[in-house]
Amino acid sequence: MTGLLGTFSEAWGEVRVHKARVLLSLVGVFLAVLAMTTVTALGQIAAQVQQEQAEASGGRTATIGVSAYDPMTGNVPRQEWDAGVEALVTRYGLPEQAVATLAQESGLYRFPGGTQSVETRRVSPSYGPLHRIQPVEGRWFRAGDRQSLSPALVVNQDFLTLLGVTDLSTRPTVVIGGSQPVLATIVGVVAWNEGWPSTYRIDSSAGDAVTAAGGPGFGASPTLELWVPSEQADAVVAAVQTDLARLLPGAEVQAYRQDPENLEDTIAKLRLAVRAAGLVVLALGGLGVLNIGLVTVRQRIREIGVRRSFGATSARVFSAVVLESVVATALAGLAAVAMSVAIVRNLPLERWLAGGVPLVDAPGFPVSAAIEGLVAATAVGALAGLVPALIAVRVKVIDAIRF
Amino acid sequence: MSLLELSGIGRDVRLPDGSLLPVLAGVDLSVAAGEHVSIVGRSGSGKSTLLNVLGLLDSPTAGSYLLDGQPTDSLGGRRRSRLRGETFGFVFQQFNLLPRRTAEENVAAPLLYARGRDFLTRNRAARTMLDRVGLGARALSVPEKLSGGEQQRVAIARALVRGPRVVLADEPTGALDVETGAAVMALLTEVTAENGAALVTITHDLSVAALAGRRFRLDAGRLTPVAAGDALAAATSDRTDA
Repeated sequence: MTGLLGTFSEAWGEVRVHKARVLLSLVGVFLAVLAMTTVTALGQIAAQVQQEQAEASGGRTATIGVSAYDPMTGNVPRQEWDAGVEALVTRYGLPEQAVATLAQESGLYRFPGGTQSVETRRVSPSYGPLHRIQPVEGRWFRAGDRQSLSPALVVNQDFLTLLGVTDLSTRPTVVIGGSQPVLATIVGVVAWNEGWPSTYRIDSSAGDAVTAAGGPGFGASPTLELWVPSEQADAVVAAVQTDLARLLPGAEVQAYRQDPENLEDTIAKLRLAVRAAGLVVLALGGLGVLNIGLVTVRQRIREIGVRRSFGATSARVFSAVVLESVVATALAGLAAVAMSVAIVRNLPLERWLAGGVPLVDAPGFPVSAAIEGLVAATAVGALAGLVPALIAVRVKVIDAIRF
Repeated sequence: MSLLELSGIGRDVRLPDGSLLPVLAGVDLSVAAGEHVSIVGRSGSGKSTLLNVLGLLDSPTAGSYLLDGQPTDSLGGRRRSRLRGETFGFVFQQFNLLPRRTAEENVAAPLLYARGRDFLTRNRAARTMLDRVGLGARALSVPEKLSGGEQQRVAIARALVRGPRVVLADEPTGALDVETGAAVMALLTEVTAENGAALVTITHDLSVAALAGRRFRLDAGRLTPVAAGDALAAATSDRTDA
């Protein structure tokens, strides 16, 4: 035990006495670990941004899009479509949160500046979680919104600006024009800045029956989205296509995977590339430590000889020289990781990477990156200390003392 | 039984042309515990090689070396190093203090290789030893700030801090002026005797050699006792008397 303590004590003494040399040799390792750790952390955040943006449009892994159209009339009648979907969902026992609907249409909205056509996505409440939509103010749709006479809307910032309100504290409403106008209630705001107004509208509301404004299927072909396990996606595509075609005679049914299938691979490759670059930088830093270690061990030959006269064994000399390098690089690694955490935590990364859209699952500083940084720094120290340690062990004591 | 017992020790060195140069030949020497022995010889006579063999820093190529009755030729590297640290204290001509470490750190350095209590109380032991050599007030000074005499006193404290049974001094006054050298030698002799350690001094300074109880001459690798009527005996005797 005291032998181990002695080795640490000796190594720490060396680091302390040769502060300037040690600091100089560690600049490379510090910068390398800082770069590697920071880039790995940034890579993870960027990957999360990319994933959330992709899922916002295509849905989570794996989302199957299903649509149908009548070659003769265009759209499939709503009642037939609804019946077909219900039969399909029942048949496969799909849970409510795994099934979403989307219909895109243009709606006429009465803004203070006049009526304007706005891109409207009529969606089921399950559409939000499936696409990771997180309102920055208010809330997403609930099943209960379907019971309201006033259709619920979740609008973007441009829509809200056009309406002349800044937030939802006044419970803003907007009239959806047309032959039978209806007063809609804005329940949430999303942060997407598309540059023009757009809105989500609950797929159906009690008011639809009164106004006969209709649901999905009147303005555009409806799309059914099914969230299924990735490994079952291909089987579901084939089964849904066949079954729904049978349930909707005369209609052309299309089923396809709409989430970005290769996203995970792409992100994995991106992370690999970042890590490889970090390792190259770290190796260069390690070479710097090795270089200075080689020079200084030659300058310390007399000292090594004197220590041998004190009874230092070869193993002790070897471990002390390696440990000196390891202690120094581990400290450099620790400092680099601390600075990396400070950088990543304090920079407005979401504003830069996601265009100001807050992440739903914002990743914290990845612990794995911090651990990797420390392990890498320590490993580089051990490797860089190996050659000087071998030289130190081979020093002939008599020559060293006379040196 | 002698503490150190050398019989027929030889040490050959291989030269670049492949031939062997005998540095030591048939050296017989025994040193008892607490004894003070000096070895005098000209430069190149093999003095340092003999000291290195005695201190287990070098191995002889012929003869036998018993340390406390145990043969040393069969010792493994690890055991040899441990035994060296536990048994011997070295005082070098050039002091060989560790640069940029304080006097206290230098004196405590051999105890980094000790175990248990000796390791844990090394700084206190170093302070005590520095007090004994009169340098307690300079404990926090680095060698670069100490005079030659002070540095050698630190080296003496370092050699004795682990309580060695033998102190091997290689030209301990070689880098000092006459007056300082005499003071350092007096201190080395006194402190070594107080510790009950044997002292083997290698020197070409006759006055230093004269302080020893037994004196030897090393010439061309051969060790001979200084006999009565020998010029060296006369010279050392004169100096001792003086």
